[in-house]
Amino acid sequence: MSLNEDEIIKARHPVAEAAEMFFKNYAAIAALVVLSFIILMAIFGPTLYPVDPFDMVWMPFSPPGEEGFIFGTDYLGRDLLAAIIHGSRVSIIIGLSAAFMTVFIGVTIGAMAGFYRGWVEELLMRITEFFQVLPTLLFAMVIVALFGATLPMITIAIGVVSWPGVARITRSEFLRIRELEYVTASRASGASNFMLMFRIILPNALPPIIVQAALMVGSAILFEAGLSFLGLTDPNVVSWGQVIGSNRSYLLDAGYTVTIPGAAIFITVLCISLVGDGLNDALNPKLRQR
Amino acid sequence: MSDHKKKLLKVENLGVRFPLKNKSIIGKKSYLYAVDDISFEINRGETLAIVGESGSGKTTAALATARLVQAYTGKITLENINLQEIQKEELRQVRTKVQFIFQDPYSSLNPRLRAEEIVKEPLNSLTNFSSSKKQKLVNELFKAVGLRPEQQRLFPHQFSGGQRQRIGVARALSTQPDLIICDEPVSALDVAVQAQILNLLRELQTKFGLAYLFISHDLGVVQHMCDQVAVMYMGKIVEYADRLSLFNNPLHPYTSALLSAIPSIDQTRREKTERILIPGDPPDPINPPIGCRFANRCPVAKEICYQKEPQLNEIKNGHKVACHLVDKKANSPLESLK
Amino acid sequence: MSEPLLNVKNLRIELTTRDGVTPVIDDFSFSLSHGEAISFVGESGCGKSMTALGIMGLLPEGVGRIASGSITLSGEELTKASDKRLRNIRGNEISMIFQEPMTSLNPVYTIGEQIAEVLRAHQGLSRTAAWAKAIELLDAVRIPNPHARISDYPFQLSGGQRQRVMIAIALACEPKILIADEPTTALDVTVQAQIFDLLNDLRKQTGTAIILITHDMGAVAEMAERMIVMYAGRKAEEGPVQQVIDNAQHPYTRGLISCVPHIPETLTNERQTLKEIPGIVPSLRDFGKDRCLFASRCDNVSEKCRIKRPPETDYLNSQRVACWHTESL
Repeated sequence: MSLNEDEIIKARHPVAEAAEMFFKNYAAIAALVVLSFIILMAIFGPTLYPVDPFDMVWMPFSPPGEEGFIFGTDYLGRDLLAAIIHGSRVSIIIGLSAAFMTVFIGVTIGAMAGFYRGWVEELLMRITEFFQVLPTLLFAMVIVALFGATLPMITIAIGVVSWPGVARITRSEFLRIRELEYVTASRASGASNFMLMFRIILPNALPPIIVQAALMVGSAILFEAGLSFLGLTDPNVVSWGQVIGSNRSYLLDAGYTVTIPGAAIFITVLCISLVGDGLNDALNPKLRQR
Repeated sequence: MSDHKKKLLKVENLGVRFPLKNKSIIGKKSYLYAVDDISFEINRGETLAIVGESGSGKTTAALATARLVQAYTGKITLENINLQEIQKEELRQVRTKVQFIFQDPYSSLNPRLRAEEIVKEPLNSLTNFSSSKKQKLVNELFKAVGLRPEQQRLFPHQFSGGQRQRIGVARALSTQPDLIICDEPVSALDVAVQAQILNLLRELQTKFGLAYLFISHDLGVVQHMCDQVAVMYMGKIVEYADRLSLFNNPLHPYTSALLSAIPSIDQTRREKTERILIPGDPPDPINPPIGCRFANRCPVAKEICYQKEPQLNEIKNGHKVACHLVDKKANSPLESLK
Repeated sequence: MSEPLLNVKNLRIELTTRDGVTPVIDDFSFSLSHGEAISFVGESGCGKSMTALGIMGLLPEGVGRIASGSITLSGEELTKASDKRLRNIRGNEISMIFQEPMTSLNPVYTIGEQIAEVLRAHQGLSRTAAWAKAIELLDAVRIPNPHARISDYPFQLSGGQRQRVMIAIALACEPKILIADEPTTALDVTVQAQIFDLLNDLRKQTGTAIILITHDMGAVAEMAERMIVMYAGRKAEEGPVQQVIDNAQHPYTRGLISCVPHIPETLTNERQTLKEIPGIVPSLRDFGKDRCLFASRCDNVSEKCRIKRPPETDYLNSQRVACWHTESL
């Protein structure tokens, strides 16, 4: 579309345009609202509902809705609602920090592999491939078993096995953008390698990385749920996967002890995926537009 | 001839090669010689055009001259500075003197930066000017290239192709260079816009005393813009002359073929010019032939052309040609066809 | 001459964009006779490609549609034709070749397979017969050593060769009309000359009519007998090629001719002044308005031009112009 000489169009920042696109996506907005609720629950929940999830407050297997316990109690008589509230904290913290770590490692390695040619690229790609073929769950289990099952360790374990995906996407974007003329133009204008990589190419490579980062939060939550289901979790905190894991023998008798935390995980990850999808639609077409 | 023509840039025996992936682990490295032993000069305030088709190496030659691509051999001298030997700080100084205008107005501007930021980029990296001085320069540059000050805050996708190219020109002018290398600056534009940009480039050349290294495949545009022309084929310069000599008396068969291939609206020219159709395609650039690289498509090639590579020799008055069959009286070998 | 082969009357093609519905082609009429070569000339955005897509029934789904007007091919009304009939016509009676030979050919099939496919689909030839005909076609488009090259994949061919393969595919079923949309813009000028030469020869041999879509006046002069200059979805001028070039009546046509640097017979130290057309082509939002859409860029503009769309009037023999300032017959 060409600019009519007689018109002065107001300058729109790419972020503003992307935001406008995003807010046209009703599914993504609904998901965002639900997520905000979950986050608020994580922040203020324990204060508003000060029940310790480890306390045995009632009889075991009290069904949901009875005796004032909205979600009932688990096999040890612990309040399931408290478990859900406290578990949301763990999920969000691990989700965000693992995603952050994954993106940090992945983008750095991917950027360098995509920018430099020759042996740097070869070396980094081999390393990436090595981590990519590792059986992720087993490797995470090994790390946790060796270094202890604490929240930081679990975060690191997840980050270490998840970064190759982000690295690949970053590298592929760098390979594409590196050939574009405005990068050469910046070099002709005197930019250093560091500037080229992180100030010129990276901002233009962000859209798919952002989408991947958003989805990474969801998959980190799932991963953590899987680990704690297997018992590889910090025994001092309650997480949703852990609740499922400790109650799994009672699936047939008191199914709600498993399905309620399961639903929490499902809803959270679903909402994250919808937001990720919305970001994808908002960010990509704009960039491909001429 | 005239003494006030000062030599600005001198390129000698420039070569650029790209390594090819080897089929085996041991064995000699093989290269693609994109630019093979070329030499040329540009005077202050003048335009040298390099003409060629795809695969001729003209864009690589331009990039190498600006040191955006590394040449493996040869010498580039800007005034008295040897560009091949300087590093870092000196190179930054030189970059202010040699700027570049790119071909594709759609990919040569960073989509995330506003127009004024794009034009300021060289100033930010290469100078220590104050903010106010930079802004003042940007205002003047916008005016000089025919853009309005309100358009400074807009993003590239909000401009038309021609306007984007103007931003590119403004960016190249920002450091007040002596030489601007223009790589097919109008090829991606509509014809009416091409005229605007060409006129702008000429206007700026007169106003600021700029020298241009003008890369193009379009002989019509070249004839309009240049003072000197070099014709490249498969990495080599096959003919080098001033504008009038080349167009009125082309000596190399390839040059003649190029000229005759141009579709013309002039009816007499169409009817009078014998179209020289050169068959086939250029030979494999990875394994260039031993003799003249044009031999396999040349309408008048003789045995010597296949055996020995012709050198670029001066025939008369600065008109150089690389062809065995140009006689001493400077007649094109194609005369023999008529 | 008898009835024209292709007759387009008052064609109106509408595009649905974010800003609403705009006529990208606005009351456009022309005719094409058997074996004739005409050219649509104009810059990008003038609608020349859209016209071709409209004729072929290839307008983008949901975005573009033929709003009104008629397109008749040998008397048959194409705007009312069924999808099946249009599919039958494409490649068979009307063929099209495009600008980018790199992306118009399918990279995972050999060129022989791609030519043969068209022959088998439209003419029901057997595998062997189609393969043999494909070799003949490659020879006709001057691909050297066609027996060997027919099994090549597109990436093994140069740009010029790929374009020839496109031409072979397009002419395989001996269509009545070949539409060539900027066929040589992406090619080197020496290759371009080869392609023009080839198209001219093929036209003489097969009697196929050609519509050449281009922005290059020189290409028009080499290839076409009649040209139609388009601007913002409308016809600006029409007429025999050399006549229009020598005596253009519409300011846009004059501008298109005088803004391109031409190589004179003998160069002198004097350089041609490139007469610019100031401004830029109007955006889609301004299409269809009842005024001359070229007015803002015209140096001969008057008040009338801004308030009413100029009709097409006859100028000299078979030259038509849409401008308020032409002296009509």
